[in-house]
Amino acid sequence: MKILVCISKVPDTTTKISFDDSRTKLNTPNVQYIVNPSDEWYALVRALEIQEANAGTTVTLINVGGADSEPVIRKALAIGGDGAVRVDIEPTDSFQVADAIATYAKEQGFDLILTGKETIDGNSSVAGAMIAELLDLPYITLANKVDIDGSGVKVERESEYGDQIIKTAFPVVISASKGVADARIPNMRGIMAARSKPVTVVAYSGQPLTSVESYSLPPEKGAVKMILAENAEELINLLHTEAKVI
Amino acid sequence: MSVLVFVEISKGKVKKASLEAASYAAKVAAQLGTQAIGLAVGQADSAELAQVGVSKVLHVTDSKLEGYDPQTLAKAVIEAANANGSNVIIFSHDTTGKGVAPRVAARLKAGLVAGAIDYPKTDGKFTVKKAVFSGKAFAEVAINTDVKVISLTPNSVGLQGGAGSAAVEAYAPAVEASKLSIENITKAASADEIPLPEAELVVSAGRGMKGPENWGMIEDLAHALGAATACSRPVADIGWRPHHEHVGQTGVTVRPNLYIAIGISGAIQHLAGVNGSKVMVVINKDPEAPFFKAADYGIVGDAFEIVPKLTEAVKKLKAGQN
Repeated sequence: MKILVCISKVPDTTTKISFDDSRTKLNTPNVQYIVNPSDEWYALVRALEIQEANAGTTVTLINVGGADSEPVIRKALAIGGDGAVRVDIEPTDSFQVADAIATYAKEQGFDLILTGKETIDGNSSVAGAMIAELLDLPYITLANKVDIDGSGVKVERESEYGDQIIKTAFPVVISASKGVADARIPNMRGIMAARSKPVTVVAYSGQPLTSVESYSLPPEKGAVKMILAENAEELINLLHTEAKVI
Repeated sequence: MSVLVFVEISKGKVKKASLEAASYAAKVAAQLGTQAIGLAVGQADSAELAQVGVSKVLHVTDSKLEGYDPQTLAKAVIEAANANGSNVIIFSHDTTGKGVAPRVAARLKAGLVAGAIDYPKTDGKFTVKKAVFSGKAFAEVAINTDVKVISLTPNSVGLQGGAGSAAVEAYAPAVEASKLSIENITKAASADEIPLPEAELVVSAGRGMKGPENWGMIEDLAHALGAATACSRPVADIGWRPHHEHVGQTGVTVRPNLYIAIGISGAIQHLAGVNGSKVMVVINKDPEAPFFKAADYGIVGDAFEIVPKLTEAVKKLKAGQN
C-alpha cells in the first residue's frame, strides 16, 4: 500500500504575529517554523501506525515550499516516513498547494492521501478537498478514527450533528482530526535516520487564484472589567445592559 | 450573472448556518445588482430562505445526496451554477461546506476564500476578509478569477431581512451514486441542543470543574442562557466531555457573541479557537490565569459558588423579560 502524507510548514503556535510596512508579509526574523500540528500529530502518525501493521506499506511525505522548508521536512521525517517530496514553489494560496500535490500524485498511484484537518496559519481547511477533486477521488473530512478495512478505509467521525461511520474503497483522501492518533516525539535514532532519507525536489508552474491584499491585527483589547465574586449576579446585568449579548 | 448559495436542510428545517449563508448571499447579490438563488438540499420546506432575501430556490430532494457526500454535492452545485450563470457561489464554512466549497472551486478553477467573516468589498478588486494565524490576524484576500467561491464562518454576519417571497422550483441535477457508504449514528436527545459551531452563546468549562459529575451546573447555566456547552482540550482528552465539544486549535473554532470560560486557564492553543468571540467572560479562582488578559469581564473566585448564582440571575432576567 502507498500512503502520501501532506505536511505544511507553519509558524510555531506561540509566535507573536506582526507584519512588514506593506502589510502583505509576515515579519519572519524571530519566527520558529514547525510541522503543522494536525499534519504531524494525526495524519503522519496514523500513516506510520498503518505502515507498522501492514508490511510492504510505504509512507511518502509531501510539502509545497521553497528550500527553507527542508528543516521542517527533516523534522517530520525524524518521526517517520520513507522519504519526502518537496514541490519547489513558495505557494500563495491553497489552490496552488493542492494543485501542486495533485499534479505530483496523479501518476504515483497512492492508495491513501492524508492531510491534517487545517493549517494554523491559513486556517482554510480546504487543501484536502481540492486535492480529491483534482484527482477525482472521494474525500472524507475531519476523521476522528481511520482504520484500514480490506481494500478500503473505515472512518469514524464525531460531529455536533451526530456520529458517522464512513466506508469507501481506495484510493481516497482523508483529513485527520483529533483522535486519529497520538502525537509521537522523535527520538535520537529517528533524527539521525532523517538526515539520510531522500527528499526529492520537483518543479511546478501553476498559478494561484487568490492573493492576500493586506493583513491586519485585531484591535487592542480594552482592560478586563473585574467583578467581585460576591456580586457575581452583576455580571449578568452587565452582559444584558452594557455588552448587550444576552 | 447570479449569486448561488448552497443550503442544507436537516432535521426538518434549514440549518442555521445555511440560513446565515443565504442571507449573506442575498446581500452580496444586492451589492452586485443581481439575484441570489438558493440550492436547497433536503426534504423539508425551504420557504424560510425567502425571508432573508433569496429570490429563487432550487429544491433538490434526490435521496442520493442525503449522505452529504461532498463529491456528489459538488457536481450538483456546479450544474446549478452553470445553468444559472452564477459568478459567485457561497457556502457555510461548516462540516459540509468545508468538503464541498473547495471541490467546486478546484473544479471550476475559481478562487476561494474559506472562512470569510465579513461581506466582500466589491469596489475595484473583489476582496473578502478572513481570520488567519489562528485568529491572531486578519487577511483581506482578493479573488482574481471570474467565478468566486466563498465559505462563510458561522455567526459572522447574522441575518438580514429580505423580500419575503421566493419562487421555489423542484430541481433535479444529474447525480451519481456516492462512493461513500455512510452510516449515521444519531445522538439521542440532540434535537434541541444547539450545535456548538453555530451557537451565539457558549458556556465552556475546563479542568477547574474537577470532574464530569460537576457539569450539571455548567449545563444549567447554558440551558438558562440558551447557550451551547463547550470544554477545554484536557477535559475532552480525559473523557469528561465528548470531543466535539472541545474548542481550541486542535478542536472546534467558535465565533459566538458571548463566550463564558469557567475554570479554563487560557492556553494559547485554547485562545486560538475562541479569540473571534465578540465578548469573553472568564471565571477562574487563579487571578494570574492568562485568560483574564483576553477577557472583557472577569470574576476571580470559586466556580462552584459563582456559576449557580449566575444561573439564578439569568433566570430572573429572563422571567422579567416575559
